[in-house]
Amino acid sequence: MIEKKSKAGTAAALIGILVLLLGVVLLENLGAFIPNLPPILLPTSQLFIVLKKGAVYSLVAVSMNLLNGFTGLFSLGQAGFMLLGAYTYAILMLPTANRPTVYYLYGGSAINFSLPELFGGGMFGLILGTIVVFILAGCVAAFVAWLIGLPVLRLKSDYLAIATLGFAEILRAIFQWDKLGPITNGANMIGSIPIYSSFNITDASGKVIVRLTTFIPFLTAIICITMIVLLINSSYGRAFKAIREDEIAAEAMGINLAKHKMLAFCTSAFFAGVGGALFAMYVGNAQAKVYTSAMTYEILLIVVIGGIGSITGSCLATFLYVACSEWWLRFLDSPLVLSSGFKVPLLRNGFRMVVFSIVIMIVVLFFRKGIMGNRELPDLFKKKKKGGVAK
Amino acid sequence: MQYVISILLSGISLGGQLALIAIGYTMVYGILRLINFAHGDLFMASGLMMIYISTWAPLYLAIPLVLVLAVVLGFTIERAAYKPLRQAPRMSVMISAIGVSYLLQNTATYITGGQPMTYPSIPFLYDTVNVAGNNVKWAVLLTPVLVIVLVFALTQLINHTKIGMAMRAVAKDFETSQLMGIKINNVISMTFIIGSFLAAVGSVLYFTNYQTVVPTSGAMPGLKSFVAAVFGGIGSIPGAVIGAFLIGICESIVKGLPAAWGLSVFSDAVTFAILIIILVVKPTGLFGERATDKV
Repeated sequence: MIEKKSKAGTAAALIGILVLLLGVVLLENLGAFIPNLPPILLPTSQLFIVLKKGAVYSLVAVSMNLLNGFTGLFSLGQAGFMLLGAYTYAILMLPTANRPTVYYLYGGSAINFSLPELFGGGMFGLILGTIVVFILAGCVAAFVAWLIGLPVLRLKSDYLAIATLGFAEILRAIFQWDKLGPITNGANMIGSIPIYSSFNITDASGKVIVRLTTFIPFLTAIICITMIVLLINSSYGRAFKAIREDEIAAEAMGINLAKHKMLAFCTSAFFAGVGGALFAMYVGNAQAKVYTSAMTYEILLIVVIGGIGSITGSCLATFLYVACSEWWLRFLDSPLVLSSGFKVPLLRNGFRMVVFSIVIMIVVLFFRKGIMGNRELPDLFKKKKKGGVAK
Repeated sequence: MQYVISILLSGISLGGQLALIAIGYTMVYGILRLINFAHGDLFMASGLMMIYISTWAPLYLAIPLVLVLAVVLGFTIERAAYKPLRQAPRMSVMISAIGVSYLLQNTATYITGGQPMTYPSIPFLYDTVNVAGNNVKWAVLLTPVLVIVLVFALTQLINHTKIGMAMRAVAKDFETSQLMGIKINNVISMTFIIGSFLAAVGSVLYFTNYQTVVPTSGAMPGLKSFVAAVFGGIGSIPGAVIGAFLIGICESIVKGLPAAWGLSVFSDAVTFAILIIILVVKPTGLFGERATDKV
C-alpha cells in the first residue's frame, strides 16, 4: 500500500484499498443476506465501534506520524487541531432547525445557515456539504497551525512539544469561553449534528437498505492517508526525512528548513482537522473538554506502538489499540464468578484500563521499535530490501 | 485592598505548591533531559495515599508515611520505567513517562472507582486565620515559608554535600561524570527521591487547600509546574521557584478578574500563554544556562 515504486505496486495498492472498502460495506450489510447472524456481526456489535473509531484514529495517528515520525518535529498539538476540525464540522453542519435548541443558552446561534441546506438539502446536499466541510475543517486547522508555527517552529524537541501542547490547551480554553457562546456554544456540546448513520441509504419509509456507517469513515480516512503517503513519497517527503535525520546536513543540502517544517506542520494539522471532523461525526457532537492533552498522549502512544515512521504500523496499531481498549479487554470490567463459586479477584470497573496500561508499558519498555519499526507492510514480504532500509 | 490581598495570598500559596512540584521537574530535566510526565501523577497519587492512610492512621503517623510511600513510588518508577531506557533515544523515555502517567491515572480510577475523593482536613493546616479581613487557611500562609525553608535546605544539599556535587556534575555532563567514577544510577535515583519527597509535601499543602482528589487532578498542576520550570530556566532550582510563584500569582489574578468578563476559563491557558511568550523571547528561561549544544 505504501511502497509505490512500480506500476504493479500502485495497482496492487489500489486493488487492496478497493477490496478493503468493499469488504467493509459487505461486512456491515451481511444482515441483509444472512438472517441469523452471530451477535458479533450485528450492527450494534463492538466490532463496528472499533472499526469506526479505528478509522478515525488511524487518520489522526498517521497525521501525527507525518510530523513526529517523518519530519522529526515532536509536536503534541494534535488534539487542538482535532478540536478545530470538530467544531468547524459541528458549526457548519448543524441543521438550522436544531440551532435554537442547541444554542438555547445564548438565544440562538450567530451562524444561521448549514451547509447541507445551502447545497439544496437531501442526500446530495449532505454529501456535498460534508465534502466541503471536511476540506474547510482541514483548512481551518492548517491556518491556525500556520499561525502557531510562526513562533514555535523555531523551538527544538521538548520545547516544541510543550509549546504545541500549550497551544492546544489555549485553543480549548478559547472554545469554552462564554463570550464566544453564540458560535461555539460555550462549554456545552454542539449535538444533533449529522452522524455516520445519516449516510445510510434508506427507502421512502426510512428502512435502511444499504448501511454505510462504517464505510464513510473508512473512505475518508483512506483518501486522506493515501494523500499523506503520496506526500511522503514525493520530493517533499524525502526532504522531511532528511530534516529528521540531520537538520544541519539537510540545510547544507539546500533544503529550506523553515519552509519544509511549516509545510509538514500545516499538512499534519490539516489531516488532524479532518480527523477531528470525523471524530465529531463518530461521537455525534463537538465539545471542547474532550480534546485534552490526554487525547494527544493516546494518539502518540498509538504512533509509538505502531512504530515511529511507519504508516501501516500506525494504522495497524490504531486498530489493535482501539480493539484492546474498547472491546477485547472489556470482560475485565465486570465481576466474574467461576462455576465452582470462586469469585475472581480484582475484576471490577476500571480494571480493563489498568491491564491495558500495563500492556502499553510492556510494549514501550521491551518492544521499543513498535510493531513495524520503520518498515511498511509490503516490506515484510520483500526480504531483499531488509538491508537497504535506513535507520 | 482586601480583595487584592486575598488574590495575592492565594496566588502565592498556589505558586509555592507548584514550586515544590517544579523542583522535581527541573532536577530530573537537568540530569536526564526528560520531561517526567508522571511527576504530576505522583503528586496526585500521594494525595490519594493520604486519603486512604488517614482512614486508619492518626495524622502524625499518616503524613510521614505518605512522604515515605511517595518516595518509594518515585524510586520504583525510575527503576522500572526509566532505567531500562538509559541508552534509548530521549523520545522513548518520554513516551515511557507518558505510559507511567497513564498507568497511574488508570490505577487511581480503578482504586477510587472514579469517584472524587475528599482530602482529610489536617487540624492545624486547615484552621483559618484572619489576615487583613480575609479568612485564610494556615496552609496558605505556611506554604511560602515551607517552600523557602525546603529550597534553602536543598541548595545547601546541592552545593555543599558529596551527592550534591555529583548531581551538579551529572547535570553538566552525563558521560564524563560516569568516567570520573560517579555512580550515575544512584545520583539519578537520589534526584527522583528528592523530587518525589517535595511533590508529596506539595500535595499535602495543595489538597488541604483544594480538598478534592480525582485521578486527573495531578495532570494540570504537573504541566503548570513544568511550565514554571521552563520559565525559570530549566535545571535551575531558584528559577523554578520564582517561575512557579509568578505563574501562581498570574493564575490567581486571572481567576480574580470580574466575573462579568468571563475570563476565568482562561486560568489554565494563561500559564501556557506565558510559556509561549517566554520560549519565543528568551528560550533559556529567566535563569537558564546559555544553551550549549546538548539539545
